[in-house]
Amino acid sequence: MSDRIREKLNILADAAKYDVSCSSSGGTRKNTNKGLGDSHSSGICHTYTEDGRCVSLLKILLTNHCIFDCAYCVSRKSNDIQRAAFTVEEVVSLTMNFYRRNYIEGLFLSSGIFKNADFTMERLLRVVKKLRLEERFNGYIHLKTIPGASEELIREAGLYADRMSINLEMPTETGLKLLAPEKNHQEVITPLDYVQKQIVQFREDRKLIRSVPKFVPAGQSTQMVIGATPETDQEIMQTAHRFYQDFSLKRVYYSGYIPISHDQRLPVIGTQPPLIRENRLYQTDWLMRFYGFHVNEILNDTNPHLDIDIDPKLSWALRNMQYFPIDINTAAYKMILRVPGIGVGSAKKIVQARQFGRLRIDQLKKIGVAYNRARHFIQCADSPVQLRDYQGFQIKAFILAESQSKYLKHDLNQIKLF
Amino acid sequence: MQIYLFDGTTEGLFTAVFEWFERKPGKIRLQTREKHQPDAFYDVMFIHNDHQKANRVWKGLEQRLSKEWTRRLYCCCLAENEETWIALFEFCCSLFTTDTAIQYNYGDPNVLLLSQTAKKVEREKHRMEAFIRFQETADGIYYCGIDPDFNVIPLLQRHFQNRYADQQWIIYDLKRKYGIFYNKQDVQEIQLDLKLELKSLTLPATQQSVQESLYALLWQDYFKSTNIPARKNTALHIRHVPKRYWKYLTEKQ
Repeated sequence: MSDRIREKLNILADAAKYDVSCSSSGGTRKNTNKGLGDSHSSGICHTYTEDGRCVSLLKILLTNHCIFDCAYCVSRKSNDIQRAAFTVEEVVSLTMNFYRRNYIEGLFLSSGIFKNADFTMERLLRVVKKLRLEERFNGYIHLKTIPGASEELIREAGLYADRMSINLEMPTETGLKLLAPEKNHQEVITPLDYVQKQIVQFREDRKLIRSVPKFVPAGQSTQMVIGATPETDQEIMQTAHRFYQDFSLKRVYYSGYIPISHDQRLPVIGTQPPLIRENRLYQTDWLMRFYGFHVNEILNDTNPHLDIDIDPKLSWALRNMQYFPIDINTAAYKMILRVPGIGVGSAKKIVQARQFGRLRIDQLKKIGVAYNRARHFIQCADSPVQLRDYQGFQIKAFILAESQSKYLKHDLNQIKLF
Repeated sequence: MQIYLFDGTTEGLFTAVFEWFERKPGKIRLQTREKHQPDAFYDVMFIHNDHQKANRVWKGLEQRLSKEWTRRLYCCCLAENEETWIALFEFCCSLFTTDTAIQYNYGDPNVLLLSQTAKKVEREKHRMEAFIRFQETADGIYYCGIDPDFNVIPLLQRHFQNRYADQQWIIYDLKRKYGIFYNKQDVQEIQLDLKLELKSLTLPATQQSVQESLYALLWQDYFKSTNIPARKNTALHIRHVPKRYWKYLTEKQ
């Protein structure tokens, strides 16, 4: 018995690991029924895998049997791998027992498509209903919306799940058509849109009637695979921007493609996953969501790709030296936020602290500003007088010379003699 | 300069603040009794803990500060180190002597130290919330031993009480020799008379429930299968899970 469950867990956790979303934040479910579990608004990462990704949910597939044959997916029909399926009881008892030991924040349940969308969605729904209604489980549940499932099933699932997500897979329609001819973006957009409208509807209703239940309180997210198809960074981020706007998504995840197939259309097995590119895309995503940047400022037709050797914020600043240097003691919060080397936390502290007197370099350093980087773009009370203006590329060279990038194994900025 | 000697507790600290205001001796040095070395040149004053005086100081702080800041000060008290006590003392004294909201002056070393210490304590608390791994004992109580850098148990209580409302559990601080026990009704402070073998964070196999080893094994399996070897990034892994916490983690055994 225990051997079989171990085997299943290995197969189905292994198949689910390419879904990168693991956040458990935004849940508002409270333990009001003396049951098990209570949401933590910022989420908790209970451990991290050796590749440095957070593990906060038990992330498994209900089954890896699938009727589709998408080239980028391990569970595709034509792939010769071990197949398995959990029963509803097995998933429930694993979740409850892991949660009781404080291993996890909750369950992330996805599934291959067996038979058809409705049949699969109905199985997922049975798991979450059993957890919520029979086991009185109040932990976090992230549920995949199965494209093509009926609206009634999706709506019912939304009443029990904290977050729902549905993957865009490829950033553009042409990319998707290339690797998964049976799929299209509209299949993703329809349920995203439906769930979003329901969220708004339920929220409005709750304002009038307190007893209206919560519907997907932690919102929706999606994921795009990066590097399997030849999209530019601009195309990727434009798509992300559109989805953030149209469907108020909480997160868009970017997943560097890890070669798993000998398919001619894909990078060959053994190719390094595009980790730096993925990192740069996340940095851009953060700039869009927390730093007040518009996607077109960072990526546009003249700069369709993000720099690999420097981060997008620095790269924007170097292209726009006309805004700098700014005076830390008078500049607007919005501008301080745009200085490379100053984050949201430090920017807030600076704005509060400067009411008590002009800030000096040593104070900035203690507050947490990466001064070596920021000094090219700011002035404070005791900045040394600088006689000449440096060009963007010169500043870039200074910064690269004194920073040790975790990615660059060998120095790209070799001195050119001639 | 005078030395104020207190016992290294929150109550002692706030009593010291009260005594300072009664006398206004100018600049003084605050020390814990533990660290104190008597010498001939300083005049020493012993602070005797007084619950009412301490309470008045705390009330005054609550009036002057936002909830966020009183929580920060509370966290700093739990840090229990000399440097933080001194910063707390000086911060309280200057807060009560001026009208300005000095807590926002991050250019001031005391303010910065307090906000950074509070952050460290909150981080330790959050790590405990994440890394505590309960083990089910043979009689159905979920147990975990901890040895955190700061005295975070008071901060942990509510989180675990809300979360594990339908199971009995114990979180025991092995360093500070006390713990909390939840009996499905309320939380009690307990002191265990630990035998030698119980001094490690985990339970000996003989005291575990039957199912315990199976779920530990399943969790270890899960941890392995969810890793993507092609993306291996040990530096990042260690940054998120520093090695000194590995002893807590079932998946790292």
